[in-house]
Amino acid sequence: MRYYTDEHEWIEVEGDIATVGITDYAQGQLGDIVFVELPEVGAMIEQGKDAAVVESVKAASDVYAPITGEITEVNPALEEDPALVNSAPEDGGWFFKMTIADAGELDGLMDEDGYKAFLEGL
Amino acid sequence: MSDHDTEDHLEDIPLEALPLDAWHRARGARLVPFAGYEMPIQYEGIVAEHNWTRESAGLFDVSHMGQLVLSGPGLDEAVEAVLPIDLSTLKLGQQRYSLLLDEEGGVLDDLMVSRWPEALYLVVNGATKWDDMGTLREALPDDITMNYLDERALLALQGPKAADALARHATGEYPLSALTFMKFGRFRIAGHDVTIARAGYTGEDGFEISLPAEAAAEIADLLCGEPEVKPIGLGARDSLRLEAGLPLYGHDLSPETSPIEAGLTFGINKRRRTEGGYPGAERINREIVEGTARKWVGLKIEGRLPAREGAEVFSGAEKIGTVTSGGFSPTLGAPIAMAYVASEHAAIGTQLEVEVRGKRLAATVSPTPFVPHRYHRGN
Repeated sequence: MRYYTDEHEWIEVEGDIATVGITDYAQGQLGDIVFVELPEVGAMIEQGKDAAVVESVKAASDVYAPITGEITEVNPALEEDPALVNSAPEDGGWFFKMTIADAGELDGLMDEDGYKAFLEGL
Repeated sequence: MSDHDTEDHLEDIPLEALPLDAWHRARGARLVPFAGYEMPIQYEGIVAEHNWTRESAGLFDVSHMGQLVLSGPGLDEAVEAVLPIDLSTLKLGQQRYSLLLDEEGGVLDDLMVSRWPEALYLVVNGATKWDDMGTLREALPDDITMNYLDERALLALQGPKAADALARHATGEYPLSALTFMKFGRFRIAGHDVTIARAGYTGEDGFEISLPAEAAAEIADLLCGEPEVKPIGLGARDSLRLEAGLPLYGHDLSPETSPIEAGLTFGINKRRRTEGGYPGAERINREIVEGTARKWVGLKIEGRLPAREGAEVFSGAEKIGTVTSGGFSPTLGAPIAMAYVASEHAAIGTQLEVEVRGKRLAATVSPTPFVPHRYHRGN
């Protein structure tokens, strides 16, 4: 099941692990991405707190943790090729995987249709 | 996801539309607030636009900048009391970089001055133009007339193929090719009277075209109809000027910086360095002789993480400077920055560190421009 936040992150939930990235809309807004600063594996991050930083040619942007949990893995491909976030934002350009400390937090997020409607309203 | 962008936030002030507003939107530009206007930040993407300008030619709408014409009796003398320029050596058809300084020698703006028949034509920064007009009006005698050309647009065509593309449309008393760097002349494009200066803000050969606002869309269409030319946004304008080592007012220059610290001594013309007689002359002329405590330098940064404006610069444990402009250089494929650093750490090759989000990045003081200028100076 895939969820979306109003900060343009996506969360793919498989069992008790969530994979997190930014949406195609987000990468389009950021432009050419040159660096992604990822969290440490093992870090506990609360929902809404800084989890990663995306550096485009123009500016740095924060990526927030969409839910609370422990970082279990970060995408090693982004170190060599941060532009993956531009070319495959909702697939190979994922940022990190995390545990789901409180499944209730997922209820507050949007599903794909909800996110599409949210984008249309921007 | 949220920007911690350092651009000025002007949301509270109603934004004005540039003459080419609809033209930009029709071409897919994303518009952002800048200098009180809605301006195109990018069309297809900053890196693609940046590279296109370095390889071919890019059209920039810089109509937010202030175009001013000064005229009246005793013009040169009056203007020399305000700017550190030597107008006795500025001939008809020449353009020169100058600086508007406060009484303490701090930079109020940087600008271009061109000699027109019986007049001087100034191009000042968009974000500062209203303050500049106030400063100039205050400082100039009443019989000097200042006209703000708010019905003129300004387009820059920049890149190695700019001259080829523009020559197909610009006609005048002499061919466009007769213009060399920092010269300007009157031409006609599609029946409209324009002035063209061979200058720009990218480090490439290129032109700045002042034209009637109502002709802007027609001329922009004409130029972008040439195979060499694409429209380029503010994003690439910033990365291009950073590679060219050129300062951006409000970031690299401010009332808190002196032009000598910034390496802009050429903006204080030679005669004025001894004669003085311009605002801030005492400090500026002293600094030219004695040097300054800090200097504006280029930094090449190791790795891929850019250091942005505000990042602190260290030599060991000691904080010795601050980044004023920084980003990722598309041409070099690496982060670059400009910073004010203590003069004892300003020599080319000095190893320093820049702090970004608590991490220390290795940085080397490097010659600027980072990417060589390719101005057309003629033979």
